[in-house]
Amino acid sequence: MRKHALLLYAFAYLAFLYVPVLVLPIFSFNDSQFIAFPLTGFTTRWYAALGADSAMLHALVNSLKVGTATALLSTLLGLLAARAVTRYRLRGTGAALGFISLPLFIPDIVLGISLLLLLGVAGLPLSLGAVVLGHLLVCVPFALTVLIARFEGFDRDLEEASADLGENGWMTFWRVTFPLILPGILASLLLAFITSFDEFLVAYFLSGTEPTLPVYIWGQLRFPERLPVVLALGAIILTTSIALVALAEYVRNLGVKRPMVGA
Amino acid sequence: MSFLSIKAVSKAFAGPPVVDNVDLEVPQGQFFTLLGPSGCGKTTLLRMIAGFETPDRGTISIDGEAMNDIPPHLRPTNMVFQNYAIFPHLNVFDNIAYGLRKQRLPKAELRARVEAMLATVRLEGLGGRGAGQLSGGQRQRVALARALVRRPKLLLLDEPLAALDKRLREAMQIELRALQRQVGITFLMVTHDQDEALSLADQVAVMSSGRILQIASPRELYERPNCREVADFIGQNNFFHATVKTIDADSVTVNAGLLGVVTLAKANVMCAVAPGDRLLLAIRPEDIAFDDAGLAGEIAAATFLGETSLFQVRVAGRSDPVIVSNYFDPPSKAVHLKFPPQFLIGLPEH
Repeated sequence: MRKHALLLYAFAYLAFLYVPVLVLPIFSFNDSQFIAFPLTGFTTRWYAALGADSAMLHALVNSLKVGTATALLSTLLGLLAARAVTRYRLRGTGAALGFISLPLFIPDIVLGISLLLLLGVAGLPLSLGAVVLGHLLVCVPFALTVLIARFEGFDRDLEEASADLGENGWMTFWRVTFPLILPGILASLLLAFITSFDEFLVAYFLSGTEPTLPVYIWGQLRFPERLPVVLALGAIILTTSIALVALAEYVRNLGVKRPMVGA
Repeated sequence: MSFLSIKAVSKAFAGPPVVDNVDLEVPQGQFFTLLGPSGCGKTTLLRMIAGFETPDRGTISIDGEAMNDIPPHLRPTNMVFQNYAIFPHLNVFDNIAYGLRKQRLPKAELRARVEAMLATVRLEGLGGRGAGQLSGGQRQRVALARALVRRPKLLLLDEPLAALDKRLREAMQIELRALQRQVGITFLMVTHDQDEALSLADQVAVMSSGRILQIASPRELYERPNCREVADFIGQNNFFHATVKTIDADSVTVNAGLLGVVTLAKANVMCAVAPGDRLLLAIRPEDIAFDDAGLAGEIAAATFLGETSLFQVRVAGRSDPVIVSNYFDPPSKAVHLKFPPQFLIGLPEH
């Protein structure tokens, strides 16, 4: 009896989390402009309409550009900081880590408005570059966390062994450190990319005339007849995001479970 | 100047020095061991020779070349790390070849050298094994091969056998000794295991609290320790207080309380003495004999160790029991102990 109740609870829990998300793909295949039950029939015409929407494709390309740039930069910055934090005893390491992570806890809307004001004061134009800078604030803490864990996961002796075997610091990095933290680097790239790709508020304030995909979608919601197309797009993004997160998790755990015999 | 020469080297991290004004000379081709309890500074000394730590004071030179300003990757040393530090992303062959890639050898020669080294450490045919698929003993061999294949002038070994179980450790001790003779490279090994130090080394330096107490051959160290700490750390010893009575050309006569008046050969007195000085006499459990006459005592406890037994003998007028090792059980608990004077060693009181 108690076992059944618990099982029921578990299912209710999962339903609460995932039913809202499932609405998206279901209605994206529904043959009606109106988002309402009962479903009227199966169609793929909303997906077909997507391909013909050049403004939307342009926004998608913008998002891919911003996401890629953000992923590369935040991973590079995270890599440098993670190495410094884990390899050297520096004064103020704790404080520095705290300050790097702080933007995570600042509401995005505050971050967005602050950056908007800052750009105005500095006389810089709103642009995709500005969006990348904003996204870095949010993504560097993620990258740092993932990479520190990876750096801490391998033995300092390995780098010393490499030096002992005749390789200088730079070659040691490429021959030992890099291969061992590669899964962390890939995970960081994917996480930062997804975070940037999904981000709306900062992009909304900073993108100006070049909308990213979430900003473009927000604009389309004013037109009810466009809604099913947006749902189709949402379904595609949802599927891709889940796939990427799963991939990132898989890659992040690569090598971690490898048995270390004898040591 | 000897091959490895360490002069007045000190190192402190935070607080008291970890290595305190150490002098050490190691001749070429020796198997030399630094022996001491954990925290005595032996590993720090080893890491300074490898270049991972910088001495605060003093000089280290190898084969006549000063090492102080030379970074680890340019030193003529290679190291076997305590946990072996096998590169987990490389297989056995690539681990061993790691330090050779830079020499840009022709492919065939590289392969030949790695294969030869695999044979030397008896890992033939395992070149393709992944680092995660090796047993403890195999990892140790890979670490040795990886260091030796570079033909270092000096091989440094940091507790190389500590991670292995007892049986394997004993087998590897014999192999390591044979390997050192075969390759002829000077080995400098750090260990806290006295049996390992005694059975492997040509010479042992005993360290404690950052200082070297004694440098001697294993036999010398066991038979003629130069202070109480060494006598205590290596094997077991019984200690008796004594006072110097008279000194002759080649002997020293002391009043040793329970042991009466005994005369020691001067060579067995490990410090300068004058009449009236206090001395500490040390004698090994196996050098004390059960006899019909002598110091009377009673066996309080006996521990059977296989080939011998260890007896704790209570003696009137002494708080610590006298430890005696013997092949046979004496016929009764009441015994008499004989202390042959040639086995008594005179040590400084402090």
